[in-house]
Amino acid sequence: STSPLLFFSGSMEPAFHRGDLLFLTNRIEDPIRVGEIVVFRIEGREIPIVHRVLKIHEKQNGDIKFLTKGDNNAVDDRGLYKRGQHWLEKKDVVGRARGFVPYIGIVTILMNDYPKFKYAVLFLLGLFVLVHRE
Amino acid sequence: LRKNVEDFTGPRERSDLGFVTFDITADILNGKNDWQTFIFDWNVKQLFLYLSAEYSTKNNALNQVVLWDKIMLRGDNPRLFLKDMKSKYFFFDDGNGLKGNRNITLTLSWNVVPNAGILPLVTGSGHVSVPFPDTYETTKSY
Repeated sequence: STSPLLFFSGSMEPAFHRGDLLFLTNRIEDPIRVGEIVVFRIEGREIPIVHRVLKIHEKQNGDIKFLTKGDNNAVDDRGLYKRGQHWLEKKDVVGRARGFVPYIGIVTILMNDYPKFKYAVLFLLGLFVLVHRE
Repeated sequence: LRKNVEDFTGPRERSDLGFVTFDITADILNGKNDWQTFIFDWNVKQLFLYLSAEYSTKNNALNQVVLWDKIMLRGDNPRLFLKDMKSKYFFFDDGNGLKGNRNITLTLSWNVVPNAGILPLVTGSGHVSVPFPDTYETTKSY
């Protein structure tokens, strides 16, 4: 199943920008390999992070531990993980970024950051509805 | 695609740390015919290039470590002539699996990130194998 995710961060620029809409799949069978962009959640935190895999160490039985980094960040994500946590594991993965549409979410972000813009949009929508009530 | 590498290892706490220097000569668009170049071009936002080392150790059946990466934006020169590059990221093993490891494969891969659409658009790669020496270096001129 594919689910959309509105991307809010600058940490994967210039690939993704704030307001891009990402499409994720969650096929658990997909092996995790370096260079891939994965979506993961840090234990205890709600907001998922979409970063690239930098390092993996995988055992014969498939147990894997891996490290991630945002393209636009100077350092890897170890500082973001839980205290004492040095690696991510399969259980932390929420999905894989499979596709995206740029800028779609920018309207939502603008409405959030600039209330006046939100009222303008709502006003225009209201006007639109009134005008089209045949 | 050609890579020349010279390397030596040093112990750091309890894990092997590898040092690799490399040259990269690459022509990303080389060999593509016209229609491929056209498709490659119109929906390409950027190329994410990365040099990764892949190897097996006693501890782990598969290890992959990204040593270096670079973002090439659409419009940048698609030809790379990099000499004497040092790795951008520390090449730590999860243990002591680098010492005497004869079979480390260095691969240059690239993700094409489109302006919109499927990720990645294309993944390509070329690779070379390098051995690590049996002994540790105690002094490093790095």
